Amino acid sequence: MKVSHILQKKPYFPSLVRINSKPITMFGLFSLSIFILITIIGPFLVPNDPFTANMAERLAPPSLTYPFGTDHMGRCIFSRLIIGSQTTLGITALVIATVILIGIPLGLLSGYVGGRFDSFVMRLADGLTALPEFILAIAIAGFLGPSLTNLMISVVLVKWISYTRVVRGIILLEREKEYVLAAKVGGCPTWKIITRHLLPQIISPVLVLATLDVGKVILIISSLSYLGLGAKPPEPEWGAMLNDGRPYFQTIPELMFYPGMAIFILVLSCNLIGEGLRDKLDIKSI
Amino acid sequence: MLGLVRKRLVQLVIVLFLLSIFTFSLMKLAPGDPVMAILNADEMMVTEADQVKLRSELGFNQPLYIQYGQWMLGLIKLDLGTSYMSGKPVWNEMMERLPITVQLTVGALLVMVSISVPLGILSARYPGKWPDQISRICALIGASVPSFWFGLMLIYFFAFKLQILPSTGMGTFSQTILPSFALGFSLAAVYARLLRAGLLGSFSEDYIQAARARGVKEWRILWFHAFRAALLPVITVFGLSMGSLLGGAVVIEILFSWPGLGSMAVDAIFSRDYPVIQGYVLLTGVFVVVMNLFVDLSYYLLDPRIKQGKEGTA
Repeated sequence: MKVSHILQKKPYFPSLVRINSKPITMFGLFSLSIFILITIIGPFLVPNDPFTANMAERLAPPSLTYPFGTDHMGRCIFSRLIIGSQTTLGITALVIATVILIGIPLGLLSGYVGGRFDSFVMRLADGLTALPEFILAIAIAGFLGPSLTNLMISVVLVKWISYTRVVRGIILLEREKEYVLAAKVGGCPTWKIITRHLLPQIISPVLVLATLDVGKVILIISSLSYLGLGAKPPEPEWGAMLNDGRPYFQTIPELMFYPGMAIFILVLSCNLIGEGLRDKLDIKSI
Repeated sequence: MLGLVRKRLVQLVIVLFLLSIFTFSLMKLAPGDPVMAILNADEMMVTEADQVKLRSELGFNQPLYIQYGQWMLGLIKLDLGTSYMSGKPVWNEMMERLPITVQLTVGALLVMVSISVPLGILSARYPGKWPDQISRICALIGASVPSFWFGLMLIYFFAFKLQILPSTGMGTFSQTILPSFALGFSLAAVYARLLRAGLLGSFSEDYIQAARARGVKEWRILWFHAFRAALLPVITVFGLSMGSLLGGAVVIEILFSWPGLGSMAVDAIFSRDYPVIQGYVLLTGVFVVVMNLFVDLSYYLLDPRIKQGKEGTA
């Protein structure tokens, strides 16, 4: 057991330093770091309170007090954009974390234990894929009421599937290999085989899948918030801000330009990192 | 082939069953009492007797599995209930709006094909050259831009700034261009990349070399040998992206004020018109499932190797 353990020892997390070869990936990393930084120190940066309406100053052009001008309620757009990154990044992080926490254990168990449990999970996954995430989100918003929580539930309900399938597929391949057999023969308990020997095999594909999903989750959340099925009006979410600016966009297109640009650059950075990771870790199946 | 069709049909029935259970339970979980909603309890005096009468008329006093059975029987007869808002049968309402969504989706598919096929072929023929770079950049943008924002920017430039295309409304050809482009662009970019990868893969296959050696013309090799093999991965993803196409159609319909199925569903959500939401979810669900079945079956027409049962790799 000891020998097999040493032979199979891989670093749990592929080092991010190793993906530094491509400048475009580095741009993505750099830009995402800035977004994260803004999310953390944003509340100390904002020049105005993002929620205070000031009807006297509504739809004001950019000025020293309001760097990007004000919206239809006289609120500072710059401050709302900065605070909005908390909503977007926070929710996305929560969704991705939940999806990983559900998807990986289910995939590990499905692949390793197999049998009835496996076929139940796989049929459930088949059933849920019939409903694309957007339609599922509409179904849940429709029956349980439109809210950010329900939106998150519907994204999680769909997203776990791809993680479970990828993990299960890898485990099905790996569990037949000699090192797992060696561990078994050495008397290694099942939970230890799963956590020590099989878990490291799935880290890289899951990491790539998750980075590529971040962009998709951001897009879904902002699209549904734009439709009014996600974040509610006072909340400074970028999609919802776009919706607020809609009636004025012939006269003041900036109201729509800034939040859209923020979503675009954030998603672009995540996709650049995801693709860089995928090429570097050489994972073709995702 | 027949065995496979049978297997797929069984799977189809299971998935449809799950879909119906899912929709039925959501309908039951929905807040508010449908009986009170129908009786308009907010505005009118409703007696206990009225409630009991309607409840038994609707079958709500029976056990859940019987309610489910009756609901299912209704579905088979295309009876999806009546809309709370318009009072019309949901099925008729959906059939009125379906052509609009179909028009949008077909437009988007046309945009997709007319961009992705030439771009994919060019970037496979000249990998690393400018068509390849363009398709790479388009794919990155397509995957990262929010479709509603892209649509708004299109409206801003083409309808307000240049004033060459109408911004909203539907019916004429020129009114279809912007929505189709907004919906089809990101898909087009994805497919161009897929097609490129598929073509590059098949150019290196032995049968292509053999065809070249036999002196088959280059354009024949491209269209009749390589293209057909490259279509396989494209078709797989096509089946998967039907869902995102329908989802994207919701946003684009709202954006360009097209009264299609998507805007019907969003309106229904805001007015809590549960039968309409249910109808929409069921219709799109069934459509996606059936599309996936066709995608699976189309492998057999495209890849003769699977038909002969030699290589079941797809």
